[in-house]
Amino acid sequence: MKYLHLIWASLARHKARTFFTLLSVVAAFLLFGLLDSVNGAFSQAGHSVRDAHRLITTSKMGLTFTLPLSLYSQIRAVPGVEAVTHMSWFGGYYRDPKNFFSNFAVASNYFDLYPEFKLPPAELRAYEDTRMGAVVGAALARRFHWTVGDEIPLKASIFPQKSGSGTWTFDLVGIYRDSTHKGQENQMFFHWKYFDEAAAFGNGRVGWYVEQIAHPSQSARIARAIDALSANSGHETLTQTSSAFAADMVSQFADIGLIVRSIMGAVFFTLILLTGNTMTQAVRERIPELGILKTLGFSNRGVLSLVLAESVMVLLLGGVAGMALAAAAVSLIQAKYGASVPMLPVGVSEWLRSVGLMALIGLAVGALPARRGMRLRVVDALAGR
Amino acid sequence: MSALIEIRNLSKVYERGRQRIEVLHHIDLEVAQGDFVALMGPSGSGKTTLLNLIGGLDSPTDGKIAVAGKRIDRLGQGQLARWRAGHVGFVFQFYNLLPMLSAQRNVELPLLLTKLPGARRRQNAAVALQLVGLADRATHKPGELSGGQQQRVAIARAIVSDPTLLVCDEPTGDLDRQSATDVLTLLQQLNRDHGKTIVMVTHDPKAAEYASHILHLDKGTLVESAEAAA
Ligand SMILES: Nc1ncnc2c1ncn2[C@@H]1O[C@H](COP(=O)(O)OP(=O)(O)OP(=O)(O)O)[C@@H](O)[C@H]1O
Ligand SMILES: [Mg+2]
Repeated sequence: MKYLHLIWASLARHKARTFFTLLSVVAAFLLFGLLDSVNGAFSQAGHSVRDAHRLITTSKMGLTFTLPLSLYSQIRAVPGVEAVTHMSWFGGYYRDPKNFFSNFAVASNYFDLYPEFKLPPAELRAYEDTRMGAVVGAALARRFHWTVGDEIPLKASIFPQKSGSGTWTFDLVGIYRDSTHKGQENQMFFHWKYFDEAAAFGNGRVGWYVEQIAHPSQSARIARAIDALSANSGHETLTQTSSAFAADMVSQFADIGLIVRSIMGAVFFTLILLTGNTMTQAVRERIPELGILKTLGFSNRGVLSLVLAESVMVLLLGGVAGMALAAAAVSLIQAKYGASVPMLPVGVSEWLRSVGLMALIGLAVGALPARRGMRLRVVDALAGR
Repeated sequence: MSALIEIRNLSKVYERGRQRIEVLHHIDLEVAQGDFVALMGPSGSGKTTLLNLIGGLDSPTDGKIAVAGKRIDRLGQGQLARWRAGHVGFVFQFYNLLPMLSAQRNVELPLLLTKLPGARRRQNAAVALQLVGLADRATHKPGELSGGQQQRVAIARAIVSDPTLLVCDEPTGDLDRQSATDVLTLLQQLNRDHGKTIVMVTHDPKAAEYASHILHLDKGTLVESAEAAA
């Protein structure tokens, strides 16, 4: 640390040059921070990518309006649609209305379209074989201390049974997990068939349809085709991607990671050339000074460390500023546009990774000039050779 | 007085490709502890080369150099650097200060290599600056000082770690008469009052008069030693 002022002094020597070098480092790491955040959002959220492969068809009048089951086979026949399932909001509660959670009556193929909900195969089979079977997320099971084999009575807030009973009983046969989105583990699913047979009203209707499509790029065309099925009927539909933005992004940039790595490769390559050149020039100008330090007894390694410390310092100063700007930008963007923009906040691991990168680039950039400083012979430096 | 510097059969050869330039030939020399020696001679005679060998900036091709009993001709680069830091102070024609550092910081430089705490380093540097009469210029950068003042800062830097030996290569070569006199008076004072042994290369006979001995180097050989006119 007692050498810090030496490093400062050499950086302050050409203020304009240091400023512009810093600026390029700031820019590079601002870009890195932003791209890393986007990349992180995509690579972490396989969910968003899956969402891009799913369309949701609701009643044009709103989510609370139901659709006829007859649409199922029609939608299934639309070109580009690989699979269709449907869900209905049940609105039951457990014991007390304030114990609110999402529970849905779903088509038997529901879990085929949501592979991110991981259900042990045996439990999935048990669910398929049990008329009154239900599956809940792990978080929900923890919340109510439910285990497989329990009988779960739900009070119906909307749909009484034909028998007049307001309580529906389900057999808990499975517990699913969603490792990337823990928030998805707070739901309960059961057979629409059971619901449809037993409900006092609303029979033959579903809440909304979910379609799986092969190519996100076709989502707009397929959505129009699905909506055309019900045009001018009493149940016009609205079909949307579950995450329109993600669909756009993913279909345009098939491999976000590759793109990000390529851009960053180019950016850092340029950065290394630029700062490397600057450092080389800076060291060349300071050969006499390095010679003086050596005359006074600074070791070869000491001079090497000084030059390396200088370039690492430039990278750290600029890099930390760039990352701070990126972090601020990401939180601004998220505050303004919310979750629709796929970006991860700049967290500890992103910081660690970027600081490691700064040190690495700093060392790489400083290596050649530092070696030159180290090898410098005092008598040659003093004689200006 | 015992010999501080003892040189026996010293040779220095530079090889440039096939060319072999023998700059110093079999030099024998003793410099007593507390002596002030002026080294004179024509340009290219090898004065700087000899001074660099004495100061441990370079290693001889052949022969022996001992300073205060320590053989420095056999030391490796790292060992030499450490030895220089503890035993020699350097003064050059062009001052060789770091332009971005204040006078105080320049003088402090050699102390960075010691284990002294920061406060102690600053204090010692201040004392050295005071000794050369520049206490009031501590915060000035070299560019804000005259040539004579810069050279005195360089002298403060050379003595700050209290070495026994000062080697000076044309310390007045770039100075006007008055500044040169100041610098030479200062060197003489360091020699007399502080017991520093000084070897000084100079072209200027007037400068050589401040020394107690004058050595003449010609084509790499010491030709004759003359007592300085006292
Ligand atoms: N590193 C080197 N490689 C090759 N030749 C060198 C080297 N250093 C010095 N010389 C040669 O050695 C000779 C003596 O050089 P030196 O610098 O010791 O002379 P000097 O007496 O100090 O001269 P001046 O009075 O001009 O400073 C010169 O001919 C010089 O060209
Ligand atoms: Mg010379």
